[in-house]
Amino acid sequence: MKELDIATLQKRFQEKIDNDIKIEPRDWMPDDYRKTLIRQISQHAHSEVVGMLPEGNWITRAPNLRRKAVLLAKVQDEAGHGLYLYSAAETLGADREETIDDLHSGVAKYSSIFNYPTVSWADMGAIGWLVDGAAIMNQVPLCRCSYGPYARAMVRVCKEESFHQRQGFEIMTTLANGSPEQKAMAQDALNRFWWPSLMMFGPNDAESKHTEQSMRWKIKRHTNDELRQMFVDATVPQAELIGLTVPDKDLKWNEETGHYDFGEINWDEFWEVVKGNGPCNKDRIDTRRKAKENGAWVREAANAYAEKRNKRKAS
Amino acid sequence: MANKEWPLWEVFIRSKQGLNHKHVGSLRAADADMAIENARDVYTRRSEGVSIWVVASNNVFASNPGDADSLYEPSDSKIYRHPTFYEVPDGIEHM
Repeated sequence: MKELDIATLQKRFQEKIDNDIKIEPRDWMPDDYRKTLIRQISQHAHSEVVGMLPEGNWITRAPNLRRKAVLLAKVQDEAGHGLYLYSAAETLGADREETIDDLHSGVAKYSSIFNYPTVSWADMGAIGWLVDGAAIMNQVPLCRCSYGPYARAMVRVCKEESFHQRQGFEIMTTLANGSPEQKAMAQDALNRFWWPSLMMFGPNDAESKHTEQSMRWKIKRHTNDELRQMFVDATVPQAELIGLTVPDKDLKWNEETGHYDFGEINWDEFWEVVKGNGPCNKDRIDTRRKAKENGAWVREAANAYAEKRNKRKAS
Repeated sequence: MANKEWPLWEVFIRSKQGLNHKHVGSLRAADADMAIENARDVYTRRSEGVSIWVVASNNVFASNPGDADSLYEPSDSKIYRHPTFYEVPDGIEHM
């Protein structure tokens, strides 16, 4: 293609974006837009899939049948969300199996929050309330993302996630109103998950290398720091309401700004976990890899069965 | 054979009797039966449908977005195809 043509295509593309016209799979798009989306959507898909593991840990030990049914439904939703997202990534030309292999080889990342262990039942509450709460904060603006299939997947995901957060908050509320031991368990879970939840929004704006371009392309609608502030403002009163204490000595309401001021995030910890040195990184990837390897014969058998039936139909 | 990826299927759901099937997304499955079962689990966990169609993605033929101007321009210019093009005298009802 001629230089001039690409310039024209690029101009038309940006005009569509500026006018809030969605980009669909077969439309022309700049290579970097495609690459950025594939990276973001596949990371998002991986996060949903790896996100099943910390909660899967408690399904067999849920305190009663209601909690168990709810947790199962939630984990099944995460699997579904992963699948919506992998199929959205495929509309951009990403190959599903390669995408998954990139996760297993460490080339692709997923949300660092899932590299923390779930050591008590209260962690199911903290994850639903805080981790899904933070995810919703991130995902609601993505429903207006400029890429059609991603935006549509997000609409489905957001509809389903709201139950996730509520069931988590319900667990926390129940524990916080229970025996002193139960309340201590809830507080301990909040202590461990608060800071990693704030890290879910990614580095500070000044350090975030993708934000500016992603905002110009309307893949992102808010910066990391804006979303983090929205999360803190929404969540702190919820903690207060159930009598739990947010583990941040610098946290205080700022009358002037109308927002909460909060303490400095431990970015060294964040980067260590991103690099693979969190408490569960290795365990999570090993589990996913084993799942793929151990399921290979099932996928193979399904192919053989499909082939046999096709032959029988043809004859 | 061992590592052959399952084919991709496009999923269409009728949300209730009386409405069209609507495209909701895609998934991978070994064959059409499995695609329907998987579509049930992936796309109708909250009673979103009463009927599912699956179509192998490689059987979908699509128009080229680059041709949109020449494909749709002829209908854009025929405004007399819309009822609002015509003048109806005052006092005429039900037309």
